Amino acid sequence: MPKDVTDVICPFCGTLCDDLVVTVSDDNKTILGVKNACAIGAEKFNHQRLPGRVTRPRMRQADGSFKEITYDEAIDWTAKMLVKSRKTLMYGWASTSCQAMSIGHEIAEKVGAIVDNCATVCHGSSLIAIEDVGVPSCTLGEVKNRADRVIFWGCNPAHAHPRHMSRYSIFPRGFFTVKGHKGRKIYCVDCRYTDTAKCADEFIQVQQGYDYELLNAFRTAARGEVLPDTVGGVPKEKIYEIAEDLKQGRFIIIFFGMGLTHSMGRNHNIDIAINLTRDLNDFTKCAIMAMRGHWNVTGSGQVLGWQYGFPFAVDLSRRDQARHQTGETTSVDLLNRSEVEACFYIATDPGAHFPVDAMISSSKKPTVTIDPHIQCTTEISDIHIPVAMVGVEVGGCAYRMDNVPIETRKVVDPPEGMLTDEELLTKINHRVDELLLAGGA
Amino acid sequence: MSEYLIKNGHVFDPVQGIKGDKKDIGVKDGKIVDKVSSSAKVIDASGKTVMAGALDIHAHVAGPKVNAGRWYRPEDKHFDSHKKPGITRIEGGKSIPTVFKTGYEYARMGFTFVMEAAMPPLYARHVHEEIHDTPIIDEAALPVFGNNWFILEYLKNQEIENTAAYVAWVMRQTKGYGIKVVNPGGTEAWAWGLNCLTIHDPVPYFEITPAEIMTGLMAANEYLGLPHSMHVHQNDLGNPGNYKVTLDSLKLAEGVKPNNKFGREQVMHSTHLQFHSYKGENWGNFESGAKEVMDYVNKQKNITIDTGNVTLDETTTMTADGPFEHHLHGLNHLKWINVDVELETAAGVVPYIYDPDIKVCAIQWAIGLELALYAKDPMRCFITTDHPNAGPFTRYPRVYAWLMSKKYRDERLNTFKHADKVISATNLSGMDREITLYELAQMTRAGPARALGLMKDYGGLKAGMNADIAIYNINPDKFPSDGAAIEKAFANVACLLKDGKICVDEGKIVDVGKKHTFWVDAKVKENKQVKHDIKEKFLRYYSLTENNYSVPESYAPHQHIISVDATQ
Repeated sequence: MPKDVTDVICPFCGTLCDDLVVTVSDDNKTILGVKNACAIGAEKFNHQRLPGRVTRPRMRQADGSFKEITYDEAIDWTAKMLVKSRKTLMYGWASTSCQAMSIGHEIAEKVGAIVDNCATVCHGSSLIAIEDVGVPSCTLGEVKNRADRVIFWGCNPAHAHPRHMSRYSIFPRGFFTVKGHKGRKIYCVDCRYTDTAKCADEFIQVQQGYDYELLNAFRTAARGEVLPDTVGGVPKEKIYEIAEDLKQGRFIIIFFGMGLTHSMGRNHNIDIAINLTRDLNDFTKCAIMAMRGHWNVTGSGQVLGWQYGFPFAVDLSRRDQARHQTGETTSVDLLNRSEVEACFYIATDPGAHFPVDAMISSSKKPTVTIDPHIQCTTEISDIHIPVAMVGVEVGGCAYRMDNVPIETRKVVDPPEGMLTDEELLTKINHRVDELLLAGGA
Repeated sequence: MSEYLIKNGHVFDPVQGIKGDKKDIGVKDGKIVDKVSSSAKVIDASGKTVMAGALDIHAHVAGPKVNAGRWYRPEDKHFDSHKKPGITRIEGGKSIPTVFKTGYEYARMGFTFVMEAAMPPLYARHVHEEIHDTPIIDEAALPVFGNNWFILEYLKNQEIENTAAYVAWVMRQTKGYGIKVVNPGGTEAWAWGLNCLTIHDPVPYFEITPAEIMTGLMAANEYLGLPHSMHVHQNDLGNPGNYKVTLDSLKLAEGVKPNNKFGREQVMHSTHLQFHSYKGENWGNFESGAKEVMDYVNKQKNITIDTGNVTLDETTTMTADGPFEHHLHGLNHLKWINVDVELETAAGVVPYIYDPDIKVCAIQWAIGLELALYAKDPMRCFITTDHPNAGPFTRYPRVYAWLMSKKYRDERLNTFKHADKVISATNLSGMDREITLYELAQMTRAGPARALGLMKDYGGLKAGMNADIAIYNINPDKFPSDGAAIEKAFANVACLLKDGKICVDEGKIVDVGKKHTFWVDAKVKENKQVKHDIKEKFLRYYSLTENNYSVPESYAPHQHIISVDATQ
């Protein structure tokens, strides 16, 4: 008899929906159906049963083809690479569990590596802004229960976080928001008319590259100061009108995404958005939240935070001190300057997201990629070590975009003999210990 | 397990009333024993001070706001952040150290138990992940209840039994230790940008007052018979003139009797009292209210307090008192973090520099010391820095030195930029008392152990108790006259045994031991109403499901569960 697993956590995006129902075959091997998930989330589960999945490590041969090797061989090769390299980039972590990260950090500390996560090409600029000015925020349930003014700025949850709007931000009825959508005023600020803009009561089209100016204008308007006729393509009357409406709200929330973090100004855009939030707290309640992408990129920042004190780009290569300096210890910069001697990628796909030059640099170095699937990065790696899918085939802790941790659930068994991230990293850690004890690689 | 015999040390143990006599202490199988075999390893403690491992009753060391502080203060890692000799991981941070540094530093100072002072239930998994990664020291965490919607709704109708049943449920879900209250009602008001500044201010919408919340939670605490009492951070923290609100809050304990099987005698623990003992109407005529507050505390036997000593450092304030942090940010304009937590609480973080050149900071410093010096019963007054709010916990040795040496604290007092003003606004200059080693053992060992309901195992050196033992390089017969020497001795134990294992040897970490996570499992009668309400609130208002709320077993692999039975 197939059975339903309830309260399943979706390991796709930072929304971390935890109400999925997954139907599993009697033998715990196959997923037969997924309920409540968005299209992307459902696909993540359905991937599990796709034919042709790689179940054993593969090593690149001289002719460019891959040959299957044993886990032990892959572990030995990886450990030797880590011990030999004086500076290794250990990048990724956003799609694995916090427990696995912890073991990875232990290895990194021993071999003197740099641990960096996807924030480096995503919300890293938000984290820099938070380091500069702090951040007034809240949990997503607060938004659901209290928010009556919602602003989406440079983000498009309709595509990137598909259930965000129905679970937390636009449609749900909460304790003080019994009218749901009707009781909320939704603003969308973007340089394009997105599908999220379609859900908004008001769409404000900002001229590309003028987000900083427009945010600054809202601060100015909120303080009742004088504005020029238009700012970033938006007429001043509109800016005053919105600023006034925000002040009338009881609880304002600003969600922002890559449109702010990666357009001109970068961390300064976030900085001023946070300052606008802070200003609005002089009139009413206002919070701001980054729309974190990968389902556990926040978790990587948290574990790095409590172990080393920095949210990303943590350089442990001195072995006795953790350093963090954007531009210096960030992955893309390290690769562009060809400053690392080996690459260790886990639970993400830099090949699909990093600038081409960085990946060309990466491709010339000994590289190990740990990921359940074949992806861009595995194809330029010396070794691809497949592992069980976290959140599907093994549990583990993940942090939602509002930093709320949720323990993900195992719903099916991984393919026979397949290791989990935690098991694999533990074995690599032991092998590194042996090699170090014996005096290196 | 190995046996030890700690020989010839000067033992200070309030549990047995030993005041510095030379006495040998035997250790076997992690416990203190009367006799050891001839194979026991001898630790020579002659000319040294031997005390039980210390307990910190109130520190913010693990969880979301602590980590937010680490995240957004890279500059905090400019100080003293590197790997130290011994089997250690990289250590980082000064006011908000990383988990590794937290465990090591506490151990180096002779601590073996630390209470994380505020755990938002929704974030309990985060708190326990950090506790899990903190080496050596035993820990527990207090879930916050003072602004929780269930509590506000039950107590509005004086439903103590339902309140207790809900508290018990949360403690089991979150692996929590007791009832923490932070700015009762005020933090819920903060969700709308408001606050409750007296104990009679109504909470918006919920139509209840802070006084009713505290009274109700005290009753629920005793109904359950928990090892610790209600642990409260009162309303109106940090404002001139707040000592009156403090006295109003403390008076709520009058007539309430402790009910427990752990030897706990208080029904209210009032925390970081320094922040609540201010006279004056504004920062200009700001002055100490320590005497007024301590006069009351001294005669009211069912109250315990901790000091919250200002250490005059750059630090990072963090509290579930969301409106206070917003207010503080308005004062110093440094970077502000705020997190409002659905249905439960909030938290704020703001860096703060306690500058000795600023009159108010120096007065705060004096008030903290006055509280401890006014305390008539050291078993009810504990030394804390409300880490990291009034200063980092790593400054405990300095606070001890100020309390133990009048000369040392007067040197500090008399060299403040505004020394005259500080002296006239406080009573410290006229106080001659110097805390003794025995009193220190009461304030940092036996006292907090009793208040936490842990006196069976912690805080003393009697046979049968945990072999958590700190040996300091202090010869009581030649007690250092120099404050800096006192400080140095308390910062680096000669030896720390934790559960009968040597973990620190001459300041060096040699073993990370096996830390325990404590939590309290309170059994209550089946309560259909509360069960229904929980289900309802998760379905309608929480952002995650009821089944994903609890802390999995694996987060606390070495858990120590204290059971209480309130079904009778």
